[in-house]
Amino acid sequence: MDELLQILREIKPDVDFESCTTLIDDAIFDSFDIISTINELNDAFDIEIPATEIIPQNFNSAAALWAMVERLQED
Amino acid sequence: MTNVLDYLYASTARLPDKAALADPDTCLTYRQLTDYARAAGTVLAGHCSPRQPVAVFMEKCCAAVATFYGAVHAGCFYTFLDPSLPAARLSHVLQVLQPAALVTDAKHLAGAQALNAGCPVLLAEEVFAAAADETVLAARRAAACDTDPLYCNFTSGSTGVPKGVAVCHRSVIDFIEQFVPVFGLEENDVFANQAPLDFDVSVKDLYSALKTGARVELLPRSYFSFPTKLMDHLAARQVTVLVWAVSALCIVSTMKGLEYNRPEHIRRVLFSGEIMPCKHLAYWRGFYPDALFVNLYGPTEITCNCTYHVVTGAEEGTLPMGHAFANERVFLLDGDDHEVTAATPDVPGEVCVAGTALALGYYNDPERTAAAFTQNPLNLLWPERIYRTGDLARYGKDGLLYFAGRKDFQIKHMGHRIELGEIEAAAAAQPGVERTCCIYLHESQTLLLVYSGSAEKRPLLTALRGVLPQFMLPTAFLKLEQLPVTKNGKLDRAAMTAAYEAAKEAEKAEKAARRAAKAAANGGN
Repeated sequence: MDELLQILREIKPDVDFESCTTLIDDAIFDSFDIISTINELNDAFDIEIPATEIIPQNFNSAAALWAMVERLQED
Repeated sequence: MTNVLDYLYASTARLPDKAALADPDTCLTYRQLTDYARAAGTVLAGHCSPRQPVAVFMEKCCAAVATFYGAVHAGCFYTFLDPSLPAARLSHVLQVLQPAALVTDAKHLAGAQALNAGCPVLLAEEVFAAAADETVLAARRAAACDTDPLYCNFTSGSTGVPKGVAVCHRSVIDFIEQFVPVFGLEENDVFANQAPLDFDVSVKDLYSALKTGARVELLPRSYFSFPTKLMDHLAARQVTVLVWAVSALCIVSTMKGLEYNRPEHIRRVLFSGEIMPCKHLAYWRGFYPDALFVNLYGPTEITCNCTYHVVTGAEEGTLPMGHAFANERVFLLDGDDHEVTAATPDVPGEVCVAGTALALGYYNDPERTAAAFTQNPLNLLWPERIYRTGDLARYGKDGLLYFAGRKDFQIKHMGHRIELGEIEAAAAAQPGVERTCCIYLHESQTLLLVYSGSAEKRPLLTALRGVLPQFMLPTAFLKLEQLPVTKNGKLDRAAMTAAYEAAKEAEKAEKAARRAAKAAANGGN
């Protein structure tokens, strides 16, 4: 989770990822940020995020992203 | 053919009940679109003189486009203002434009009033409900010329003030008359409009459809964050033509959208804005082996595009810019204003364009217009305007043009054209910032802001959010005691890039070490 937070902070340094749960709903993340996140997570955690996982619920918060990463790592 | 409304009326006469325009929530037939535009034109004529600007302040939707054609009915031209832009940017645009009227919708009414645009604010819903006055509309139409401006799109300016590129009817008609037949676009096509309405990529969607009687599907920006939604929508609306920014196509390939759902009717994929990465092009072509793929090139000052290359699959390495559309002269000038021809391949020169395609100039800005739109130095015999793009290109041995970078500090990032100087100026205006230098790292698509001063990067980024559009926000920061300079006293961009790369490497090494330590601690599990 620490590594994930670090990745996210690099993408958007001025967002409080530990508390924010509306990254998508409040348009804090745009498509470029989502692409950056996907590329970084694929690299860092050795996963391949499929199109079906790229949905608002999975990208609204760091916790949701982390749950997705753990799920994909198990597959 | 002297006015884009000729397209609208011809298609409406032929196909009155065919869908002309749709967004996710609404759909307008050609008849409805014309009725809305005529009503809006009548109302706007009461507020504006011919050839005055009408600002349209709402999200991308059918009503926005109907208002565009309403402005044209009043003999005026339109500028689309994206409500998601920061207030400071909108106010810059309004200062330059000084619109005679601003049209908005109920959702954005309060925001529109807060802009203090200095003109009447009208509600689209009310404007469309007005009765059309044939006498008024006929008079405006009779007074129109094909050299009157049709729209004015604002683009990044190096001094911090955006430039409004004013384009006339004749330039758009000239381009569309080539664009439609060259790529075989037709009545049954469905254009999936990706580009925002303040970008001239959308001009290709709107007017190609208007000419052929096709339908435009307006796609909300948010769809490009979520491939399942985007791909399902494209499939459900049976789209056939994508005239998209390279970055938008790359979003789909990176998110593996076509594995999830391949919209089966796509037959034309035309892209522009940046160099198309081979890997992403191969991905798309793999799913659509029979579709036509076209690389388009051109800055907004020459009306959409001036060169094109139909992908054959035999290209090696980078795709060529190709060759000019008919009725456009595209040529290269070297540093001494001598022409570089195909006889000397691989010699770079600045891309210059002449012809009907040229924009009228930068609106309300004679100085910057004179600097970019100049007399053709190859012609001393009569006034002949050319546009100097600032792009460099070279001829290949195959006689085609190839992009070769920029003369200045203009870059393309996620399909957006950005003057790095505008970001530097915005950052330098913030408290605690002394010197600034903005560098674009193409490989990693990093928009790096190097600065000196006491400001911390987090509050600096937050402050910049209030003045710059989202796509212009730096994606990385490097704070230095002093910005390095070359022995000529110029900012040393290479040294700053190296310093950033070194910092990044160090961080990576630290991360790897931490990961290794963690793995060792978990060893045996």
